[in-house]
Order: sequence, then C-alpha cells, then structure tokens
Amino acid sequence: MSASNPTVARPAPAMHPMKRVAAYGQEFILLGAIILLILVVSFVNPRFLGANNITNIFAGNAYIAVAAIGMSLVIISGHIDVAVGSLIGVLATISGTLAVNGYPIWLAWLAPVAIGILVNAGVGALIAYLRIPSIVVTLGMLSILKGGLISVTGGAWISNLPADYLIAQFRLFGIPSPVWFMVILTALVAFWMRYSGFGRTIYAIGGNVEAARVAGIQVERSTVIVFAIHGAFAGIAAVLFATQLQVIQSTVPPNLELTVITASVVGGVSILGGTGTVIGSTLAAILFAAIASSLIFLNVSAYWLRAVQGLLILVTVLADMARRHRLR
Amino acid sequence: MQPILALEGVSKSFAGVKALKDVSFDVRPGEVHALMGENGAGKSTLIKVMAGVHAPDTGEIRVNGAVVRFASPREARAAGIATVYQELLLFPELSVAENIFLGHAPRTTMNALDWTKMRDEARRLLDELDSHDLDVDARVGSLSVANRQRVEIAKALSQDARVLIMDEPTAALSDTDARRLMDVVRRLRDRGVAIVYVSHRMPEIFALATRVTVLRDGAYVGTHDIGAITEGELVSMMVGRPVDQLFPKVDTEIGAPILELRNVSYRDEVEDISLTLRAGEIVGIAGLIGSGRTELALTIFGITPATSGEILLDGRPVTITDPKQARDLGIAYVPEDRGLQGLIKPQTIRENLSLALLDRISTATIVDRAKETSLAKELIKRFGIRARGPEQRVRQLSGGNQQKVVLAKWVATEPRVLIMDEPTRGIDVGAKAEIHALMSRLAGQGLAVLMISSELPEVLGMSDRVLVMNNGRIVAEFDRDAATPDSVGTAMMQTSANDAGAAKAEVA
Repeated sequence: MSASNPTVARPAPAMHPMKRVAAYGQEFILLGAIILLILVVSFVNPRFLGANNITNIFAGNAYIAVAAIGMSLVIISGHIDVAVGSLIGVLATISGTLAVNGYPIWLAWLAPVAIGILVNAGVGALIAYLRIPSIVVTLGMLSILKGGLISVTGGAWISNLPADYLIAQFRLFGIPSPVWFMVILTALVAFWMRYSGFGRTIYAIGGNVEAARVAGIQVERSTVIVFAIHGAFAGIAAVLFATQLQVIQSTVPPNLELTVITASVVGGVSILGGTGTVIGSTLAAILFAAIASSLIFLNVSAYWLRAVQGLLILVTVLADMARRHRLR
Repeated sequence: MQPILALEGVSKSFAGVKALKDVSFDVRPGEVHALMGENGAGKSTLIKVMAGVHAPDTGEIRVNGAVVRFASPREARAAGIATVYQELLLFPELSVAENIFLGHAPRTTMNALDWTKMRDEARRLLDELDSHDLDVDARVGSLSVANRQRVEIAKALSQDARVLIMDEPTAALSDTDARRLMDVVRRLRDRGVAIVYVSHRMPEIFALATRVTVLRDGAYVGTHDIGAITEGELVSMMVGRPVDQLFPKVDTEIGAPILELRNVSYRDEVEDISLTLRAGEIVGIAGLIGSGRTELALTIFGITPATSGEILLDGRPVTITDPKQARDLGIAYVPEDRGLQGLIKPQTIRENLSLALLDRISTATIVDRAKETSLAKELIKRFGIRARGPEQRVRQLSGGNQQKVVLAKWVATEPRVLIMDEPTRGIDVGAKAEIHALMSRLAGQGLAVLMISSELPEVLGMSDRVLVMNNGRIVAEFDRDAATPDSVGTAMMQTSANDAGAAKAEVA
C-alpha cells in the first residue's frame, strides 16, 4: 500500500502471459494431459490414433460432458446434485419407452428435457425456499428415482429402438452428433456464464450468498433456475445416452453421478462454489474417456479407470489448495 | 527488565512479496506493548511469526534470551506464548469449560476427563477475568462476541501464557464491552503477563500501552514510550504523512426530506421508529451493539421487512420486502460485515463493482464488458482504491480498500439514500480519513446518508444529527451542536443500566 499516493490508483501492469495461463490453469493442464496421453499411448500402440478410436472416445463420453455442464452450474452456485445419474436413467428409460411405443420421435427427444427441467425445478425449489441442504434433497431424489425406476420397469431391456430415433448415431460432416452437442453446448454455456448477467449471478451466489442477496440478487429464484437448467442438460444427456446403442436397459447407470461430479471437480469447479468453468468440466470428461480407452489399448484392466479418476480428484483438489495458498 | 520475547531482524516473504522487512520487536513481563500500523503494514504477519504460525525467513526469535525456532503454533504455546485472534477460534457446540480446556483437559487417575476439576478451574479462570456472570456450562455458540473473547483469554491463561498476543480485541465490541476488556488487560498486565496489543483505536492505546511500536509497509518505523509521543505523531508514523483532519464533514445545503419512517417496527427488534432523512444530510446512529441499530438498517433495506409502520420515499409510501426492491428504489446499504455481506471474495474488483447494476450495463442480458471495465476503472480512480487494476481479486486487497470497493459498488447504483453500517470498522487511519472524505462529498452531492457507528468520535465528527438507539427504540436525538461526547455518551449510558441484566439473560 502506498500511503503517499492516496487518490490515484497504481496503473495496472500488463498481465504476464504466464499469469494469463494461470488464470485458466485447470483448462490448460487438462488439455496438456489429454494431448500427452494421446501421444504416449499412440507411441506404445499406434492403433490408438486410428481415426475411429479418437472419435469414439469423444462420442461415447459426450453425454457425461453434457451432464457435467449442468452439474458445474449447480456446483458453482454452491450446491451439489448426487441424483443426476438416477435422473438420467429415468429420463433415458422414458425416452426409449416413448420411442418404441410409437410416439413421435421428437416427443421421445424432447420429453426427457422437459421432464428434467420440471423435476429439477422442484428440487431447486425445495433447496431454495425450504432451505434444505442440496445434498439432503438430492440424496432423497437419488433413492426415489432409482427405486421407482426398478420397481416400475424391473430393469427390463428396451429393444427394437427405431433407427431414426438413434440421434447419437447421426453424423454431421462425418462427426458423430454427440460430439457436436458437447462442443456447441459447452461453447454456448461457457460464453453465457462469462458474459451474461445471469452467469455472473451464479458465480456471485456461489461465492457469497449473503453478499449476493444484499446486492439485490434474487437468490431463491436464481437457484431454481440453475437447477432447472441442470435438469435440461440431464435430459439432453439422457437422450444421447439412450440412443448410443440399439437397446437400453431401464436401470440407472452405475456410479454415473460420481463420474459427472468428478468431471466438474477435476475440471476446476471449486466444490465450495463460486469458481470454475464448463470448458474445464468438458475437458475433464474427455480426459476420462481418453484414459478409459488408453487402459484398453495398454492392456490394463478397465477397473483401474475408477482408481485413476479418484486419484485425479485428489490431485486436483490439492493443486487447487496450493494455488489458493499462493494467491493469498 | 529483560524482554521475555524478542524478535530481531525478522524478515518474511510470501511468493516473493516482502511482508516483513528486518523488523525488531520485544515485550517485557508486566507491560502492554502496542503494535500499530495501517492494514497491510505487516502486523498480522509479525503476530503470526511470534505465534509460531509462520517461520521467519531470516532473523531470530528469543524467549528469555534463548534463541528458539517454532515449528508450529503448538511449540509457541508450549513456550508460553498465546494468541487471541480477531476471528475467535472456538467450538460453538461445546461448553465454555470444554473450550477452555480443549487439548489439555485435567484427567482423573483413571485417565478419564475430570469434569469437576475442569469446571472448577474454568470458573476460577473466568473469575480472575472478572467474568463472574459467565456460566461455565453455557454453549459457546450462544454467547456474545465479548463473552466469547473472555473464553478465549481464559483458554490462553489456562495454558500458563506468559506472553499474550491480542489482535484487535476490541474491534467487534461495543464501548461498554471494550472498557471491560481493557480492565481485564490491565489486570493481566499487573500479574506480570507480557501483552502484545494490536488496535486501531487511539484512546485504547494511550490508556493501556506502556510502549508502542509502529510498522509501515512491512518495515519497522520505531518504538516509543507512550508518554513520549502524541496521537498526531503516531498517526504520521503510521501513514508516513501528517493527517490533520480525521472527520472532514463539510457543511452542506440540507434539502428536502427523501426518506421518512413512520412508526416502523420489525418484531420486537426494531420498535416504533420514526425518522426523516434529508438530501445532503448525514444522520448518525449511536448505540450499543444489540441496541437495534443494524436491525433498523436491515429493515429499511428489506432484508427483514417492516412488520408495521410506514416507509415514505419522496413523500410517497413504498413497500420494501426484499433488497432488490430497496435497491431499485435508490436505497443502498453498505453492510457491517464486509466479508460476510459485502464482497464476493473469489471474484475480481470489476465483477464486484458491477454486481448491483448488472441489468443496467447489459444488452439482452449480455454484460457489456467494455462498459463494465471502464466503469470499474473510473470507480477505482474516483474512490482511490489501491489495486493493480480491475482484474485483481478482492480477497487480495487490504481491509480499507475492500471497504472502498463495497462503497463504490453502491455509489455506482446512483442511490438517493446511503445506509452505512460501521463504515470504518477495522480499517486503518489513512483509509478511514479517505472514507470520511468520500461520505462528506457524497452528502454534498445531495445523497441522504444514514451512518451507524460504534465509534463515538466518528458519529460526532461526521453527523449533522445524532440519534441514539436502545432496545430497538430511538431514545435521544441531538443536533450537530448539541451532540458532545458527554451528551451522547450519557444518553447511551442510560441504556447500560439494563446491561447487567442483558448479560445474564444471554447466558441463561
């Protein structure tokens, strides 16, 4: 502090390029990790680089990236949703059921999105207006959705899905549609979070809910909207998931919520809320897919994937803490 | 007498930034050694070096003449150095006795906790602190800040502290509580405890300290016996320049009434308040903590909307049920607790400054970044916020500069009514004078300002009118000329007749 210079602010020195990188640290690290992994694995096993494999890596995990976009918004706003896996399972089953029972294809695509919005708006309302912690509400939702789904469907397979329903198998310019969804949605939301007033509101609520309220932000309403948006992304993720293969099993994909939350956290979204970007969470989802595929190409048991994901969470959180420490 | 704790030539850097440069400091048994300096001067770092939180990069620490190296706060405590931090480190769900003896509780022969002894010892320690009204079985979470602080001091004494470091102990206390605390400090001093006392409050320093050491920008400026220095000299040592006018309220044309309250109540916390706030006027609200001052502000701002009564703006009745309505009506509230209610700490200065007017600088909900940045730059300049630029994160700023960000954020909304709750709490002398100058200038531009403050000199110096609150009611009103330390102080004192009763009630 320069006491001799009371009224004039010091001019801001030009931002050092390394600092600029540091501001987007997590995104650059993840990008570097993905590239490094692809280089190393393709050196060991050149087939890894085959065009099909790389696209498959992107396409097969895109639904996780899409779900992680919504999850990132929820975590940035200072909440969490552990029911997202169950919700995706339910919405995928609804979508598939509509498709095989002769309902119009567009309805099978849009119904999950609409229902996702409604369900999660309800969840958001419980959290915002009744002030029940999000972990409690969504733990309840997890059980309700998971139990309800198994009770109603008995976990039956839905087969004979019509070919024109399988949107995840469509291609545009040779690129599978899930990749388009992932890239476009990530870019849109990243832009919207950075430049829109509402995006700023979400960061403010997660950063300090009391200060946000005092600044005239309608915290409750905004929280409901964040959860509703998250529900919409869960709906899109469910459709991408349901249309990957000719059949779907009407159950909840195991550990899906954990994978989605992990993608957000490893992507640099602070579990305490207030910071992070959806670009990070998408890159993290891609990294997981790349690791899963690498394990196969390196002849390592696929079960290691989970361990590696866990390790990444710890490394990320430690790196985040180290970074905060330095900034202080 | 030989110093019990001495630091010599201590330097400490964080990430290449020098927080302490070659600082020497010592404290002797039975003295209060005041440590002063603006925020960011290095006081906190120096305290943390003494408390074993930070290891110095260079320099020596000596306890009773022997060189020591503290690897952890635990080692410093074992050497008899205890610290009472500004943010009290107590466990709200545990009792007073449990908190005092946490980690070193007396044991029975069976190695079980000796509850009887623990409670008796806790009682004895609190009695020594003249806190006979404090129940050792009370849950700490139910206590007032002042009482929690006594628990923290008792905890330090329970470990036979020979050096007690107190970091702004009176910052969050009302005047009455602060005076009681000062009695406790004197008592400890007379028992031979060496006390390092950090405070921004001049009268306290002159009432308590034996010697005073000043730091500035991490460097040692000087140490003086308290009798050999004046307040003005101390201030110029701190800021490196003379500050001649602390409360520069400029006389302004006082205009038409803007905000009127008629018999406004909120439950039993704010009762039957009627007041009028005119353009260009600064109305000060004095009163003890808990007298309903802050509650009144919260009610006007719609955080705890009025349960009865009428609020008028420009003579027209308005309903305010949430902060957004208040904000849109042109009312601004600079809250008491900056960290809790004023700032989004992970965000940048730019993002904090624009938070209350995002809709105004957005087109189709997309924020106009160019407009936002130029607004931020202008506010940084206008409010003299010392920062690297709009992209610096607010958590990296000093307390005074953070307060300027909060103030600037609200002034940017172009309010007609500005409510400021403890506008200069915990900020240093230089920044304080700047905030006061800003308030005065804003009133000069026709704003109506309602200022709540625990510091009597601030209330007296800045206000055109002073209202005194007690028990949720306005009990006295003084014009600028009639408001003297005596008159306002007496009006506040009448209130403290209920004080003992209130303290009892709170423990029960």
